[in-house]
Amino acid sequence: MALTLDFSAVLERWPSFLDGALLTLELAGIATVVGGALGGVAAIGRRSRHAALRRLCEVYVEAIRNTPLLVQIFLVYFGLASLGFKFSAVTVAALALTINVGAYTTEIVRAGLDAIPRGQIEAAEGLALSRAQIYRHVVLLPAIERVYPALTSQFVLLMLASSVTSQISAEELTAVANYIQSDTYRAFETYIVVALVYVALSFLMRAGFWTLGLVLFPRRRRLGTPL
Amino acid sequence: MLNQATGTPPDPVVTLRDVHKSFGPLKVLEGVSFEVPRGTVTAIIGRSGSGKSTALRCIDRFETIDRGEIRVCGHRVDAPGLDLRRLRQDVGIVFQSYNLFPHLTIEQNITLAPTAVKGMPRAEARALAAEVLAQVGLGDKLQAYPEQLSGGQQQRAAIARSLAMRPKVMLFDEVTSALDPELTGEVLKVIEVLAASGMTMVMVTHEMGFARGIADEVVFMHRGRVHERGPAAMLEAPTTPELRQFVGSGL
Repeated sequence: MALTLDFSAVLERWPSFLDGALLTLELAGIATVVGGALGGVAAIGRRSRHAALRRLCEVYVEAIRNTPLLVQIFLVYFGLASLGFKFSAVTVAALALTINVGAYTTEIVRAGLDAIPRGQIEAAEGLALSRAQIYRHVVLLPAIERVYPALTSQFVLLMLASSVTSQISAEELTAVANYIQSDTYRAFETYIVVALVYVALSFLMRAGFWTLGLVLFPRRRRLGTPL
Repeated sequence: MLNQATGTPPDPVVTLRDVHKSFGPLKVLEGVSFEVPRGTVTAIIGRSGSGKSTALRCIDRFETIDRGEIRVCGHRVDAPGLDLRRLRQDVGIVFQSYNLFPHLTIEQNITLAPTAVKGMPRAEARALAAEVLAQVGLGDKLQAYPEQLSGGQQQRAAIARSLAMRPKVMLFDEVTSALDPELTGEVLKVIEVLAASGMTMVMVTHEMGFARGIADEVVFMHRGRVHERGPAAMLEAPTTPELRQFVGSGL
């Protein structure tokens, strides 16, 4: 059984791969920023004094954590359609990924918030800071610092999982690969190339988060203990 | 501390009257009363579980009381309509575990509250930070992070952080209990200087010698009550067997 690989037909399509990779990054970027913010808000909501708000955030997290991403994408896709909204596949993909990663972010950030010692909050209260000021200046950044590795790998996972949105024909990297392999009949070669592009994207994101960590946590930069 | 004109003590800064507090079935305070006149130092002593820390925490409303009355700098602390943040601008509190904010430099730890709460301009807050840090002997540590300081230095920085809010009364909750004996002295020294400057202070302490040296009044708590109360000299000649036993075991 001789394995013969011929990449020429596949590599000729590099502009399509590039387009796909850029869209994948765009989807991951939107979901990371918006979903990250959503998760931060929902994590605070889960610790709210108002039981209804706590419950709402809990239902959101559990609903997302206990259903497959692909089903969530279909629910958003067909749900919006049956309500009469017409959105592009890319918009639906971005929305579904945001909702998905928001829930996981909620749980991770909540773990970070729970790990802040009570004494930190009491000290801030003793200095007459308001609840919002305490979250902003005393709690949020150290909480995120504690869970930063978990948080960033969740965002990288999300980027990889965005390949699922090819199912609703969002023209991201995997969807592009599907077209190319059916055009060129070089399926194995196509997916080898795609796998390598995903590896490159992962490395790119990790490098980005590492750099962001230096900016967010100056103490670690100063003391030489990067995350 | 008598008012020359009327012969009555000046308005106390802190007043506790018949304060009761329970944690579930556990009665921690059972009718605690004392007052702290302006410019004086009150030391609360007693065994673990006697309620001394709880009494102190009630003053800054870190605990809400079940019954009784607490007045602090004109605030009715037990009233439902209390403006908590105004109270806490008037009261500084320092804890056993320092609780400096680890992600901020010492300077940022100190400037945070004056800028965020009082809206002080940043430059003014930085000058203030330098001033209060010099006051506790840490003038060269502005740019250090808490983890780079020793326990004693961290506790002094925590005191400076409270002082930067210009409180009218300072509360110290066993501020040397987490420190090695050789680091205790530098913190007590700072508190001593503060007392000499006329700051009104209430401290819960295990340092009997220190309480004797610095306190204008000592409050001995036992089983949720003020068992004995008087000038620091009462530690030399305890009248009740409980205080005698406590002082004896502490030395």
